[in-house]
Amino acid sequence: MEIFFGILQFLLLALILVVLYRPLGDYMARIYTATTHLRVERLFYRLTGVAEDTEQSWRAYLRSVLWFSAMGVLLVYVLQRFQSVLPYSLGLPAVPEGLAFNTAVSFVTNTNWQSYSPELTLGYTVQLAGLAVQNFVSAAVGIAVAVALIRGFARKGSGTIGNFWVDLTRGTLRLLLPVALVSAVVLLAGGVIQNLNGFTEVTTLSGGTQTLPGGPVASQEAIKLLGTNGGGFFNTNSSHPFENPTAWTSFFQVVLMLMIPFSLPRTFGRMVGDKKQGYAIAAVMATFYVASLLILSGLELAGNGTATALAGGAMEGKEQRFGILGSTLFGTTSTLTSTGAVNSMHDSYTALGGMLPMLNMMLGEVAPGGVGSGLYGMLVLAIIAVFVAGLLVGRTPEYLGKKINPREIKLASLYILVVPVLILGGTALSFAIPALAESVTGTSIWNPGNHGLSEVLYAFTSAANNNGSAFAGLTANTPWLNTALGVAMLLGRFIPIALVLALAGSLAAQEKIPETAGTLRTHKPLFVGLLVGVTLIVTALTYFPVLTLGPLAEGLL
Amino acid sequence: MLVFTVALGVVYPLVVLGIGQLALPAQANGSTVTHNGAVLGSALIAQPFTSADGAPLATYFQPRPSAAGDGYDGGASTGSNYGPENTDLISAIEGRKAAIADFEQVDPATIPADALTASASGLDPHISEAYAMLQVPRVARERSLPESTVEDMVKSVLQQRDLGFLGEPSVNVLQLNLDLDATEG
Repeated sequence: MEIFFGILQFLLLALILVVLYRPLGDYMARIYTATTHLRVERLFYRLTGVAEDTEQSWRAYLRSVLWFSAMGVLLVYVLQRFQSVLPYSLGLPAVPEGLAFNTAVSFVTNTNWQSYSPELTLGYTVQLAGLAVQNFVSAAVGIAVAVALIRGFARKGSGTIGNFWVDLTRGTLRLLLPVALVSAVVLLAGGVIQNLNGFTEVTTLSGGTQTLPGGPVASQEAIKLLGTNGGGFFNTNSSHPFENPTAWTSFFQVVLMLMIPFSLPRTFGRMVGDKKQGYAIAAVMATFYVASLLILSGLELAGNGTATALAGGAMEGKEQRFGILGSTLFGTTSTLTSTGAVNSMHDSYTALGGMLPMLNMMLGEVAPGGVGSGLYGMLVLAIIAVFVAGLLVGRTPEYLGKKINPREIKLASLYILVVPVLILGGTALSFAIPALAESVTGTSIWNPGNHGLSEVLYAFTSAANNNGSAFAGLTANTPWLNTALGVAMLLGRFIPIALVLALAGSLAAQEKIPETAGTLRTHKPLFVGLLVGVTLIVTALTYFPVLTLGPLAEGLL
Repeated sequence: MLVFTVALGVVYPLVVLGIGQLALPAQANGSTVTHNGAVLGSALIAQPFTSADGAPLATYFQPRPSAAGDGYDGGASTGSNYGPENTDLISAIEGRKAAIADFEQVDPATIPADALTASASGLDPHISEAYAMLQVPRVARERSLPESTVEDMVKSVLQQRDLGFLGEPSVNVLQLNLDLDATEG
């Protein structure tokens, strides 16, 4: 019976995403190709001194991304350091330096890793003026970079790839803000709170006392999911009843996470003038999504593991109103996008079940991935796939009429190497250097044995992929992990962005070559299959050895 | 950046705040439950039904185990984060199983999983229908009510799946206990 309802839940989700695909994808294409500016946008440009009709080269575009993001880190850092004097800080002190750095980087990079417990650390001003703002703009940056890459494919002999400031402003004002506003009201109606009440002490029915939290949660919640950010207002994120009160709000949050990433292939298809290319990319994303959801749901329903079997079901760290299948749907979505929100505790999943969120992130978050980052990640993999196909048949590889030259392949290869280096390097350092290992095994790790390794591996996977979810038993608020994870988030975000923009620049500069009989048809099922295979091989297999030491050992031995 | 901060960090949340406070004040303020004029909690947040020394009160339905603070602490939500092979978790579940079997006077094998496991938030306000039904005989006995009356009350607060298929059927413990108190008047 439970399975039957789970299938209905999935079918409704698929239906909603299919219905949204065209209108939302087309709308986003219009946003980024429109030649006119809204009045409010002109006001923004005047206030910030942006020349809105000037196009940028890829280098200038990248400089703008980096400059804007650096300002973001600085602002969020400063707000946290001066928390004690800000209004609505609930009497909380300034955030310590290491944690403030980690948190600032985390929200600017669209990761939303949280080394801290929000209720105990952050007041309302930092949450709103610091974190919520980054929830919007970091998402808008991701989409802007993806759009810049699409322009690289769409343009011929062009020295420019768009204007970052215009893309940023339009993405925020025409897409994210209106959808977030409507969604916030929907969540409010479902019971998500929005007040400035602080903590209230109440006397319970049986005469005890209880503290109830307040806060402007609904406004934060909507953009947290829509922008695939994932940073919860409360410690337990979307499992907290004030963030996610019912089964239908949980389902709605899943839709919010998926609607932009799954519709962006349409935007891509439309902007390169071949909608079938969009369908092919969406099909690859959907294949991974369905497979991952099925496996995780099966593993959690089976409920293997000593404690799980003893309790009679995998309900540790899950909420009754969502049940197992409402939890696995959310967990799969959150880790296949770059959201990292949780409505159940991944640390308490069954051993093999807990490996799935990790594998999802290790795929590079491309199915469908974060807003923007998912699409550009998948397009880089498509370039690799085209290259592999070219090698097999002995032809110069091309994609969408652009030659894949040594320069493009070098950029794409570097792209797929960055994240594994960060994950495996970070995890290895945590155990290999005695002083660090002492801190990691002594302070940070919560569960002993193989599961402890999984906690650290999960943390670096989450940080380098800008996901932000965690095996939350891990105490990450230590000097080593705050710093290492902060650096992993920064490099895991901006090196790939730099490579993607370089790729966009070099593609835009090329002329289109005409299609011939020998051109690989990149919208056919054959290519979809090839891309699925390439994605699996170049991403997930990299991690197989370390997975055998963590979740595989725990689950199979 | 400053312009975005004003628009997204100040104006946007205040607009949502305004809509919430004016149009949906009950939800926006945390779905609070009042009794005789005093706020005694939120319908969305589990609260303990224990005596001062922490023992469960036999006259009330009991919520799921909680890892939040000292239990059900709304200021410090958290799950246990124990992995499936963690010996602490295994002994905790064994302990809960024995305690509940003793408290409810039932066969340990009949206790459902939600009764033995800590929720994700530590504030899960619901229990499964099975766990509620398991508690009916004990509550009825302690309150000198017919079991059928208490059973009907469970059924009346039982929330079915949203839209008929989302999530799991669940029983709100605070709501059920309020109804119980109201019956005795």
